[in-house]
Amino acid sequence: MNLNHIKSSTLLEIDNLSLSFQMYKGFVEQQQLEVISNLSVTVHSGEILAIVGSSGSGKSLLAHAILGILPENATIKGTLRYKDRILTSSYQEELRGEKLALVPQSVSYLDPLMKISGQVIGHKDKSKRKLALKNIFKRLELEEKTENMFPFQLSGGMARRVLVATAVIGDAELIIADEPTPGMQTDQALEALAIFRKLADEGKGIILITHDIDLALNFADNVAIFYAGTTLEITPPKDFLDGEHALRHPYSKALYRAMPQNGFTPLAGLQPYAGTITKGCPFAPRCAECMEQCKKEIPPMRKLRDGYVRCYYAT
Amino acid sequence: MQLEANKICFGYNRKESYLLNNISLTFKEGEKVAIVGPSGYGKSTLAKLLSGYLAPVKGRVLLDGKPLNPKGVCPVQLIYQHPEKAINPRFRMRQVLEEAKGLDLTILKKIGIEEEWLTRFPRELSGGELQRFCVARALLPEARFLIADEMSTMLDVITQAGLWNVVLEEVKRRNMGLIVITHNMHLATQVCDRIIDISAINGF
Repeated sequence: MNLNHIKSSTLLEIDNLSLSFQMYKGFVEQQQLEVISNLSVTVHSGEILAIVGSSGSGKSLLAHAILGILPENATIKGTLRYKDRILTSSYQEELRGEKLALVPQSVSYLDPLMKISGQVIGHKDKSKRKLALKNIFKRLELEEKTENMFPFQLSGGMARRVLVATAVIGDAELIIADEPTPGMQTDQALEALAIFRKLADEGKGIILITHDIDLALNFADNVAIFYAGTTLEITPPKDFLDGEHALRHPYSKALYRAMPQNGFTPLAGLQPYAGTITKGCPFAPRCAECMEQCKKEIPPMRKLRDGYVRCYYAT
Repeated sequence: MQLEANKICFGYNRKESYLLNNISLTFKEGEKVAIVGPSGYGKSTLAKLLSGYLAPVKGRVLLDGKPLNPKGVCPVQLIYQHPEKAINPRFRMRQVLEEAKGLDLTILKKIGIEEEWLTRFPRELSGGELQRFCVARALLPEARFLIADEMSTMLDVITQAGLWNVVLEEVKRRNMGLIVITHNMHLATQVCDRIIDISAINGF
C-alpha cells in the first residue's frame, strides 16, 4: 500500500495534534505539561499502521485521545477527523464501542467481577456474537472453558487474547490495539496479528501500537516512529528489513541498531521529559548529525522516498 | 558456584497434575542460559522456585549443594517482568535502593539512574526507569546468580539494549551466572550461550 492513497478512503486523520495536562506545581501554581506536540498521522481503510518508538513517547495517550477517554485535566489542540467529520466528544461517544474499538494496554481493564463470555459479547447482537465468540476463541487458542472463567483465573497471555477478542468481535471500522501481544507466545501473537490483517484486508483500519518491531514488520502497511510525543518518520516496513541505510531518521536508524539481531547497540542519553521539550527537534540532544538549525525549530514533515521524515538532513 | 534444581515438582492446584514435573537443571557461574517455551508452561514459576520465592512440592533447589538460606540476602536474585509490581509504591526511590544494603553506588550511573529520580515515588517514573532500579538493586555484592524474567519486554529496543549491556558487563565482571526467561529468540541467541526449552525438559 502506498501513502498517497486516494483521499476518499481516509478513515482517521490527525493533523497537528498537541496534548497537554494541567498539573499542580507546588500548592497553588499550575502548569501545562505538554506530552504530545505537532503530531500528524493518517489511517486509511484497509491499512495497518504500526506505531513504534520509545516508552513514554505518548503512544497510548494518542489512542486515548482518539477515543476521547482522556482524564479531565487534558487539553487537546489540533484536529482529529474521522471519515472527514471532526471528532467532537459527542461524535466520539457515538462511535466508541461501535465503530471505534480499543484493545487496552493493561489486562486490568477487564472487569474482575464479570465472566469472560459476558465481557467479550457485550450487550448487543448477543446471539450472533455468541457464535462469533466460539470461532474467535478457537483461532486465539482459548479453550472453551475460558468463557466461564473470571479474569483472575487467566494467565497474562490468555487475558491479552481475551482483550483482542473483545475488540475484533464487533463491527468496528477502526481498531486501536495498544500493545496487544506481550506475554503471548510467538505463534499466538502471530495469530492475533493475522486476525488484524484479515480485518484490514476486509476494509477496516488498524492502529497497532507495539514495541515488538519484528512482529509489526510482518503485518503492517506503514510504520510510524514516535519519539517524545511526535512522529519522526513514517516508513513502509520493508525499509526496516532492508537495513539501516533504507531508513530515514537518525532515531529510526538507532532503533534498528538496537534490535538484538542487528548489533544490540544502545544509544547514550535519555528521551526529553514531558515539560522540558524544546522548540527544536526532540532528538537533537542525542543526534550525531545535529546542527544549529535543529535546535531552533522542529523540522516539518517532508516526503522522502516512499515515506515521510522530520529531519533537515535525512537522505 | 553452581545452582541446581534437583528433581523438583510444583503445582498450584492440588487437584491437577504438577505444572512442573521432575525438573533437574544445573547452572554454573559465568554461564548465560536462556529458558524459552510456550506461555503457561511454568517458566516464571521455575524462576520463583530457583530464587526461593516458592518452595518445590518435591525435590530441592541447591546452591553449591546446600539449600537456599531463607534469611539474609539471597545470592540468587530475581528481576520481575513488571517493575511496578516489584517496588513498594509508598517508598521513595532512595528508600528502594537503601533496602539493598551494601550496593555499589557506581552502578547507578552506569545503568542511567538520574540523581533527581531518587526523591520520586514509583508512580512518577516510567516502566523503563523503574526497571533500572530493579536491576540495580538486584546487583548486590552477595548476588551470584541473576534471573531475568522477561526483564525487557515492556521496553523499547534502545532502552532494552542499554539495560542488557550494563547487565552483561556486570555479570561478566563478577563472573555471575545469568538465567534469562524470554519469548524473544533473537534476544536469547544474542545474550546467552545455552538455550533450554522448558517443554522439552518437563515431565521426564
